[in-house]
Amino acid sequence: MENVIFDRIRKELNENDIVLFMKGTAAYPQCGFSALVVQVLTHLGLPFRDINVLEDNDIREGIKEFTDWPTIPQLYVKGEFIGGSDIVREMYQTGELQELLADKGLLNAA
Amino acid sequence: MAMDAATIEKMILEGIPDATVKVEDLRGDGEHYAAYVVSPSFTGKSRVQQHKMVYDAMKGKMGDELHALALQTSAPE
Repeated sequence: MENVIFDRIRKELNENDIVLFMKGTAAYPQCGFSALVVQVLTHLGLPFRDINVLEDNDIREGIKEFTDWPTIPQLYVKGEFIGGSDIVREMYQTGELQELLADKGLLNAA
Repeated sequence: MAMDAATIEKMILEGIPDATVKVEDLRGDGEHYAAYVVSPSFTGKSRVQQHKMVYDAMKGKMGDELHALALQTSAPE
């Protein structure tokens, strides 16, 4: 059963450059940590696929196992796990996030 | 069952004995904490790996008993 969920996750990651597994939606985040990542991505003007784990318990549990990371939100860029809210915030503050996105051709280098 | 700062600190130290840990209670509700962890064993590790070490030390308490633990990890300068 598990690989059905992993396949669904992989499909999302393959079809979208930036994927945010979050609580709530980009328009209506329902958790402060998820809202913070949404703000960072929006501030950088980046389109992203928001996946509301509150509406899909398989994905909510499956993504934690898939990534081997116990919490939500989880940010993926080009199929690579970047981190949760703390790491995204820290990388944004140090400029590492912008650098990573520019390297992957998703952000014109500031 | 919420957790208190001392328990979190103890768990992290058990998992990462050479760490120095400071835990801050963000809202006084036993659910929202920030932990600042510095440890030589973080040297050369990515942030994701560092955070995973702390989560592993929390032995699965993350997410169920402990809703939110904001983490800041670093190797000593």
